[in-house]
Amino acid sequence: MAKIVVDPITRIEGHLRIEAEVNGGKIVDAWSSATMFRGIEKILKGRDPRDAWFWTQRFCGVCTTVHSIASIRAVENALKIKVPPNAELIRNIIIGSQNIQDHVIHFYHLHALDWVDITSGLKADPAKTSALAASISDWPNNSATYFKAVQDKVKAFVASGRLGPFANAYWGHPAYKLPPEANLMATAHYLEALEWQKDVIKIHAILGSKNPHPQTFLVGGMAIPIDPDSQNALNADKLIEIKRLLKKAQDFVEKVYIPDLLAVASFYKDWAAIGAGVGNYMCYGDFPDANGTMWFPAGAILNRDLTKVLKVDQGKIAEYVDHSWFENSAGAGKGLHPYDGETEVRYTGPKPPYENLDTNAKYSFVKSPRYDEKAMEVGPLARVLVAYASGHKETKAIVDLVLGKLGVGAEALFSTLGRTAARGIDCLLNAQQTPKFLDELIGNISKGDYRIHANEKWDPSEWPAEASGYGWHEAPRGALGHWIKIKDQKILNYQAVVPSTWNASPRDAKGQRGPYEAALVGTPIADPGKPLEILRTIHSFDPCLACAVHVLDANGNEMVKVKVS
Amino acid sequence: MGKQKIDEAGGCFEQDVKERDCSIGEMLKKRGVSRRDFLKFCSAMTAAMALPASFAPKVAQALDEVKRPTLVWLEMQSCTGDSEALLRSANPTVAEIILDILSVDYHETIMAAAGHQAEEALDKTIAAYKGKYICVVEGSISMKDGGVYGSTGGKSHLDRARQVCGGALATIAVGTCASYGGIGAAVPNPTGAVGVRDAVSGVTVINLPGCPVNADNLTATIVHYLVFGKIPALDSHGRPLFAYGKRIHDNCERRPHFDAGQYVEKWGDEGHRKGFCLYKMGCKGPATFHNCPSQRYNEKTSWPVAAGHPCAGCSEPQFWDAMGPMYKRLPNVPGFGIEQTADKIGLGMAVGVGAAFAVHGAISALRKDKEPAEETKEG
Repeated sequence: MAKIVVDPITRIEGHLRIEAEVNGGKIVDAWSSATMFRGIEKILKGRDPRDAWFWTQRFCGVCTTVHSIASIRAVENALKIKVPPNAELIRNIIIGSQNIQDHVIHFYHLHALDWVDITSGLKADPAKTSALAASISDWPNNSATYFKAVQDKVKAFVASGRLGPFANAYWGHPAYKLPPEANLMATAHYLEALEWQKDVIKIHAILGSKNPHPQTFLVGGMAIPIDPDSQNALNADKLIEIKRLLKKAQDFVEKVYIPDLLAVASFYKDWAAIGAGVGNYMCYGDFPDANGTMWFPAGAILNRDLTKVLKVDQGKIAEYVDHSWFENSAGAGKGLHPYDGETEVRYTGPKPPYENLDTNAKYSFVKSPRYDEKAMEVGPLARVLVAYASGHKETKAIVDLVLGKLGVGAEALFSTLGRTAARGIDCLLNAQQTPKFLDELIGNISKGDYRIHANEKWDPSEWPAEASGYGWHEAPRGALGHWIKIKDQKILNYQAVVPSTWNASPRDAKGQRGPYEAALVGTPIADPGKPLEILRTIHSFDPCLACAVHVLDANGNEMVKVKVS
Repeated sequence: MGKQKIDEAGGCFEQDVKERDCSIGEMLKKRGVSRRDFLKFCSAMTAAMALPASFAPKVAQALDEVKRPTLVWLEMQSCTGDSEALLRSANPTVAEIILDILSVDYHETIMAAAGHQAEEALDKTIAAYKGKYICVVEGSISMKDGGVYGSTGGKSHLDRARQVCGGALATIAVGTCASYGGIGAAVPNPTGAVGVRDAVSGVTVINLPGCPVNADNLTATIVHYLVFGKIPALDSHGRPLFAYGKRIHDNCERRPHFDAGQYVEKWGDEGHRKGFCLYKMGCKGPATFHNCPSQRYNEKTSWPVAAGHPCAGCSEPQFWDAMGPMYKRLPNVPGFGIEQTADKIGLGMAVGVGAAFAVHGAISALRKDKEPAEETKEG
């Protein structure tokens, strides 16, 4: 039986390694390993809880707002702070635009090359490409001249003999199914999306100074002041620019991303029966209104049963380390709730350089979170399934439209293709909803409400001696939770259970596979030397490994003293 | 098969690459980039390098003549924020960087190849262009326990850095992690994280700290090399003077409010709305050397102080420990003027910040009449 290794898995965030056993042209078993560790949660101990968002933001520079959001929510939950409505709306706009931009980058720049053969597009007829583009969308960049220019650009690039980031890939692989014209169209949109994303994300720069790593979050609110009569605050000029950028975002998603997704998917319908995974899904819900009601609903679905949506109980979350390079004094086979987590890194893997990991032992820096002892998939698919099964009106309309256009039933969603389609559906929902948050914000400002921060508890002397809380957020990659314990105005304990920890987790004490591992079982492999199919399924989860790897020190240990030099 | 396909398509990257290399100017012309767009790019780069506008034609001429250089990008203990910054770069755009300006032969976040085929691409490049390629490093390098806390392709990041940086013309450390260890190196530094200079000896390293790096400073550094044929002048922390030669405080658009004693006292108060100085809210601009106020971010849209949040000091070595807590005001802001060097002030500030934790409120260097009211509570 051949064991194949893909390391590095490229076009993701972070360092991921997949080992898989192939038999009879199919994957029969798989192991997911994270190969990088920093220990930021350990570094956080003893620091000011108001700074935590700035530190945890550095878990990840791709989904660069999500840990800030979860962190300030955790501290606000611990200290019982209610933020002003404007701050909540600004956060919702930041969250929405992060989701939109991140999903588009994922589809075109991280995932598309698994389905699109750029070199095949060089043989395309620009006139036929134009006809194809016009048949699926009224996006203005669809003339034969336009596609000819893109083709010439790529031809000149290839002729230079220096393929740069496109060298040595799987071009010509038999699993590529798109006709040359579809390949050329997708290549053109790959380049357009590169330009588009840097414009759209300026929303974060306006509201938060820069992206990546916007510097604008505060425990208790936001740091961007509002004043229509000041040039140094959020005023009409800046609001109208955000409106323009959100329109640009929505246009691209509606007229380019979704039509491309449907066009590409129609050639790969066999992937609607591949890569199902664990079949359990969880979503924390997001986009709170002024009363804390979530626009996007929370819930859990077990065993693909869409007739039942369970309430998510944070008490049922526990992390296991039986196959992770950590120690846990609770003993083998025992999981710990994030509040009481206790983990110490102990690398017991092979000394690099190595060929293979010992997958019977510990084999990853990612822990194994489980919900009620079950492996759960999180992410856009989980989000869409929970909303769909909960009868969320907007979600139901788009899901039914997409399924109808592809001519498949809801069961097709439980797959690699379903995951990729759900990300597009999620993106469209965000693109259509986020402008409404902006309108609401403008409405508040018109009424003279400029509040952006609840000051009462800014000063730590106003805090109780001890407090604990958690903050949840639906990040682009799914359910994200931060748990914090505060003592004497300092962080006593900090724990993040992030989407890619759920999805990339190794086996748990019972030997249950994590979602990546489970989804790979049964995936066909045409050529074990060129495992393109592994990339398809793994990329459908949109891995984000720097987020996934973290460590927590023993609860109640002596706090680390912050050294000052 | 990949190679055949490319051959059919009109070229093979494995053929004598040197013969096929042409200058950036010719390359751009072939790609249909107009002369006007090219000159626009040159002007932007000239400004980014803090050169007078009259230099733009010289930049254009130099770029016309140089070959499209090879670049490999290594990710270590990173959050990929610096790669994302590259995606946001405006002059040139990332599409231009990938297709026209540089040959980006290895970059895990964007490259099509994966696994051993990706590693093969890296091996080929560093062999074919030994001593000629530019290596960009993102993220810190773990030194503890033989470097087991970071590996790619089964090789430790430390070994990869030694091999790839060792054969490079020069290494550019992007972001504070690659420059000085960054967040991973903050106390208690669980993995023994360090910057490239401390991990690999005997190589030329240019540090471009910032969290993340400002992509315009990265492209300006590369262009500086292409234009002048040498790396830019660096300060003692290895940072190019053109981007890190001035204190944020001295270039800050809110400096007049500092001088006038007008401060933000509370988030959302009148001073905050009117753009007063953020010094009392914890701004680290007086201790930080970076061109944020002039270069700004996301096509010059904004930067932290302009958006109402204090500077965190992210381009300074060990800022995570030395500058925190974030909302605690700097205790000891040196006198006015920009005559002091980064080293003097940097050192002075680090000591000052340290002392502030023990002795509160030693704001002696500030002019008495401009001294903000001392805080009585721990912030």
